[in-house]
Amino acid sequence: MSLSRVGVYVCHCGTNIAANVDVARLAEFARSLPGAVLARDYPYMCSDRGQALIREDVSEQALDRVVVAACSPRMHEPTFRDAVRQAGLNPYMVEMANIREQCAWVHDDRARATEKATRLVASAVARAVLLEPLEERQVDVEPGVVVIGGGIAGLAATLTVAEAGYSAYLVERSGSLGGRVRELDRTYPTLDKVQVVLRELVSRVAAHPNVTILLRSSVTSVDGCVGDFTVEVKTRGANLGEGVDASRDSQTLVVGSVIVATGFDPFDPRRKPELGYGQYPSVITTLELEQRLAAGDLGDNGAAPRRVAFLQCVGSRDVQVGNPYCSRVCCMVVAKQARQLRGLMPDAEITVYYSDVRTFGKGAEEFYDETRAQGVLYRRASVSEIVRSQNRVRLVGEDTLLSRAIGVEVDLVVLATGMEAGADSASLSAMLRLQRSPDGFFLEAHPKLRPVDTATAGVYLAGCCQGPKGIADTIAHAKAAASSALIPLLRGSVQADAATAIVNPALCANCGLCVEECPYGAPALDPFRGVATVNALLCQGCGACAVVCPAKAISLQHATACQVLAQVDALMA
Amino acid sequence: MTERRSAALVIGAGIAGIQAALDIADAGFHVHLVEREPAIGGRMAQLDKTFPTLDCSSCILTPKMSAVARHPNVDLLTLSEVVSVETLKASRCEAGGAGEIAPSFHVRVRRKPRYVKVGVCTGCGLCADACRMKGRVSSEFDEGIARRSAIYVPFVQAVPLAYTIDESSCLNLTRGSCGRSFACADACDAGAIDFAESETVADLEVNAIIVATGFDLIDPRVKPEFGYGQYPEVMTGMEFERLVSASGPTAGKLLVNGREPSDVVFIKCVGSRDPHSGVPYCSRVCCMYTAKHAHLVRDRFPDARITVFYTDVRAFGKGYEEFYDRVRGEGVMYRRGEPSEIYRHNGKLLVLAEDTLLGRPVEVEADLVVLATAAVPRADAPTVAALLGLDRSADGFLREADPAFRPVETALPGVFLAGCCQGPKDIPDSVAQAKAAAASAIVAMVRASGMVRGRRSSGAQVGRRTES
Amino acid sequence: MRTQPLVEQMELMGCIQCGRCTGGCPLARKTALNIRSLIYDMLVAPEMDVHAHQELWDCTCCFTCVERCPKDVRPAELIIALRGEMVESGRIPETVGAALMGVFRQGNPSGIAREDRSAWVGDGPQPKAAQEGCELLYFVGCSPSYDPRLQTVPRTLARVFSQAGTDFGTLGTEENCCGSEVQRMGEAGLFEMLVEENGELIRRTGASRLVTTSPHCYTALKNEYALGKVEVLHYTQLLADLLAHGQLAFDREVPRIVTYHDPCFLGKHNQIYEEPRAVLNAIPGLQLVEMDRNRERSLCCEGGGGRMWAEGTNPEERLSAQRVEEAAATGADVLAVACPFCLLTLEDAVKVAGLEDQLRVMDVAELVADALDLPVTNQIGAPLARSTGPEREC
Repeated sequence: MSLSRVGVYVCHCGTNIAANVDVARLAEFARSLPGAVLARDYPYMCSDRGQALIREDVSEQALDRVVVAACSPRMHEPTFRDAVRQAGLNPYMVEMANIREQCAWVHDDRARATEKATRLVASAVARAVLLEPLEERQVDVEPGVVVIGGGIAGLAATLTVAEAGYSAYLVERSGSLGGRVRELDRTYPTLDKVQVVLRELVSRVAAHPNVTILLRSSVTSVDGCVGDFTVEVKTRGANLGEGVDASRDSQTLVVGSVIVATGFDPFDPRRKPELGYGQYPSVITTLELEQRLAAGDLGDNGAAPRRVAFLQCVGSRDVQVGNPYCSRVCCMVVAKQARQLRGLMPDAEITVYYSDVRTFGKGAEEFYDETRAQGVLYRRASVSEIVRSQNRVRLVGEDTLLSRAIGVEVDLVVLATGMEAGADSASLSAMLRLQRSPDGFFLEAHPKLRPVDTATAGVYLAGCCQGPKGIADTIAHAKAAASSALIPLLRGSVQADAATAIVNPALCANCGLCVEECPYGAPALDPFRGVATVNALLCQGCGACAVVCPAKAISLQHATACQVLAQVDALMA
Repeated sequence: MTERRSAALVIGAGIAGIQAALDIADAGFHVHLVEREPAIGGRMAQLDKTFPTLDCSSCILTPKMSAVARHPNVDLLTLSEVVSVETLKASRCEAGGAGEIAPSFHVRVRRKPRYVKVGVCTGCGLCADACRMKGRVSSEFDEGIARRSAIYVPFVQAVPLAYTIDESSCLNLTRGSCGRSFACADACDAGAIDFAESETVADLEVNAIIVATGFDLIDPRVKPEFGYGQYPEVMTGMEFERLVSASGPTAGKLLVNGREPSDVVFIKCVGSRDPHSGVPYCSRVCCMYTAKHAHLVRDRFPDARITVFYTDVRAFGKGYEEFYDRVRGEGVMYRRGEPSEIYRHNGKLLVLAEDTLLGRPVEVEADLVVLATAAVPRADAPTVAALLGLDRSADGFLREADPAFRPVETALPGVFLAGCCQGPKDIPDSVAQAKAAAASAIVAMVRASGMVRGRRSSGAQVGRRTES
Repeated sequence: MRTQPLVEQMELMGCIQCGRCTGGCPLARKTALNIRSLIYDMLVAPEMDVHAHQELWDCTCCFTCVERCPKDVRPAELIIALRGEMVESGRIPETVGAALMGVFRQGNPSGIAREDRSAWVGDGPQPKAAQEGCELLYFVGCSPSYDPRLQTVPRTLARVFSQAGTDFGTLGTEENCCGSEVQRMGEAGLFEMLVEENGELIRRTGASRLVTTSPHCYTALKNEYALGKVEVLHYTQLLADLLAHGQLAFDREVPRIVTYHDPCFLGKHNQIYEEPRAVLNAIPGLQLVEMDRNRERSLCCEGGGGRMWAEGTNPEERLSAQRVEEAAATGADVLAVACPFCLLTLEDAVKVAGLEDQLRVMDVAELVADALDLPVTNQIGAPLARSTGPEREC
């Protein structure tokens, strides 16, 4: 311990820290700590001058460890790691004491806040003297991407990857590309023909020399980690994919990133039997109407319906069917279809039954205004039941603006069925180690700032597999996933954080608890050596394995038991 | 990391611009990130919490801000504005496929003087303390609720952390003198103050441009019936954000007229969905931030009566409806009907509305009214559009190539849109769009640097192994 | 009545049922009038019994609903159209019928003899006959012509116009009702006739400007007549203009605290808020104080939209009483108005409230007369005998 030479830097953070903590006293105290050879306080340690101070001291005072008492490490740990690296120290020889968020900002008694800060600093120094240099691993990245799912999200992601110069393997389980969008007639708010745009997109993807399309194919396993995934794909029957050997039904792709674009399933309205779907032919879904509109045949055998009702939120915003969420697109789909029907049947009565109209996208509210102006009636009403009434059906419900029960006879009912997580989400989630949010869709790494990343580096989400989306939001999301997926490829190598778990083989009993516990699939049992090993690139440093290991064979580097206990001891001293 | 020749320009360093710049820089390309303000972070830096997870906005944003500022591939130009853009060539790329174009642009950026040397300034703040204008200048960042000096940082976590002298309020810069000597310069131990700094021009060559210039908020005075500006109890959503922010001017204490509010009313669609006095479109974020605001009031004042007036609650994003359910469960009263007027009666404000579900007019007492004001195009959106040769949609926002299938591209090759300059958006949608714009820019830069051919062949060889 | 034609004609499909119309409606607070709900009824039901909605006669056409509607539906105009349905069917309140008949027969809703229309001149100088040609046509209006309490206003204005050196004239006994209230009461046919006849009369004078006493005449003549090149002004606009150009100046102090009530037909209908205030602020010694609800939020006095001739379904509770209370709360000793109807309703309310000693209701013109020391001021405060209540003789 006497060998370590720790430099302690106390940041004022302007007045953020200095107002509530006596920084000069804190620095003076730090000088007295075992291992500390110098301590300074400075207005802003993160400033260029502050960092230069550290660099100068490292070389002139031969510091081998640095403690910065400042803000949260989430904010500036990378800054100070860079600073010591430039001075020739291993970047893991930096420790931060958070005396801002966890001290100065939450206390107003200056004396007691200073006292707390001294303990935080003592604790950081105690840990610092036990820090060990760690080496970050660099792994070369395989220059290709597997995209799972050939809907518009998968197509957009594939095209972006290919255009950036990398191989893209588009794996689609059906026999054709386009997914749900193949069933759509027109876009909103511009009412363009979807199939025209889709055909162009599909042909651009198919024609791109960097793209390999694997139809009637599914991914059966994914192994490895960012930069080096091994993806097994099984193909049923003949494959139309260009350049792929049709005689083989299984192949292995080695790629740097994986994009999941597996889409959604439409809600099955039979789960709301009170609506009579499946029982009455005049009750159909928006998807079915879309197909009829695309085919130019309303399926009415020429007897144009005189009265049409659209019901919003079928299977959405409905905890009874387990879907508390909004499906995001139905309001505009209904507005668009109602407008199309209005054009086809100028004399029909078209009514939309809603509880909130959610026309939020670009041009959407304007579209809703125009839909009403063209004579589509919006009624704030909930329909609780649909019953037969001679050759029509009768909607029974309440008009909440009239505050009274209503019964309306109609010729055609269109149910705006929502979106649900795909039926295969569970198996995909296990295979790709993807977490799912309570709504069943795949969970993104952060709901605000990382909407396409996942907890597994190298695996990204595109489109409705992450949550319901319209076409524009899906395309943006898919291109965003492509951006994330391209970054490691363009860099050529990835660096893994060195603060990962390691196994002491001498202690390991090969019990496999760590393998079960790890959410990232990092540990594995080595069948030859009879011990567990941890893939450093998959390990996220969460420490779950270290905790469950009954033999204490696993330790988390940069948070070893020794370091943590020294920290706790200093805090309690 | 490979050094690459191509570079991109990102205009605007809010969350969209920051994210786009980070993706491009992480991919190994050079990025010029141009921000008009002295610090980056944009609107998101002003927010207290974010919906629906109630993450602290600055806690998740500041690491991104420091990452972009620290990134070796990012050239951060604050206090800077693009003044001209010239498309140099639109050469056909040999390798990029039939008819693909790899444009390049000559961009001129005007860099306003900061009068403080970045890197020398330690951010200690002694200058602001000494400034003779201290407490006399309205803080833009705090929506005018707090006052600052003529030399200032917009907020404590500002990146870059360097003070700025505001030309419009500095005594020396406006009237030529400041007592016998400059108070700020006298106070600065680091010697960072430099009144000799002058405007400079930076000329950049780039292969892709991402426009991420954000949005403005409508002045609620367009709806005079709400008495904004007349009643101190009536404030905008953004003002409310600053008031409840722990790092805001009141350190998060929500006091109105010096008292804790007990009757709080939220009014949505102030200007939005309102072609009569505001804008025809929906501003897309107000329903959710209002739900968040209502929650924050409930969190502070368990006994407060909280009313949210609405016409349609638009809780459409991931976890949003669930959050709306939660907020109602916390005893926030949602009443269907938009308030029509506010006036003072016997000292209290009365909010007049019709509860359209009851079918009768109601008068709700309020000691705090929060107006969810519409997001509108930047006042200089026409200038930006003209500068780049972009179109604008009927709503005044910048126009994308196709609202459904090409949401980030523009009619111009090599120019892309990110975030709210294209239309109102919440943070995740802005981030997704920013990353999408970055992907498009990366494609353009790959083409421009002629990387395509080599990659393509190696990809086919290395990327796939077929096993028996 | 079938709803579809009106739904289409009035573009009711634009409505999103946000409730801003009813929420802001001053009458909805005291009667069954709920225009938002009426619109919804019309949207969802093919038939409607308009006669079941007598509260339609409560509407003062203050236009708060029109101003507040985000989607540019014009709820007050729907009410006017529904009244029109009732007028067509002949089933209307007796007082409304009498007023319309008065306009038919005598050119004024009170049905007073046309020959007496110049009585307002009193002993003042006889204004020039506009028929002989003039630059400025002064359209006096029915109530100011006939109502003894209101006659001081045109009398003052006539003097001010002369003093400012304008070449003005009036139509004398040929002046007809402008039809503003006729239109609001739903009698579209009669209104159309008045527009034709008055339009012809006005055009024949060759006047380039037309000034009105009443904001109601102003609204009709400016927005609903097609008078081409004739510039239509309310007198407060003209006075503000004369003051701004130095053609008029006040020499006498009027040491009063004045609060100004924005008439709906100047404010909400025409966004004229500043000119009347400019005139008041130009008066030396006069201190202008604002009520909490001013300009766009001014509370209707309940005198418009035909309400001078229709009692409404809740005559006990009067908005004018509330308004007078608000005025008194400012500490003002004068409640200034710029509309003959507001003058009558608010003055009544002052009396009912027993505030005569504290608060005086005066027209801006009367304050101007004070400031100019015109002899006509002698009559202010000594109004001639007249009846009260909505069926008053005007």
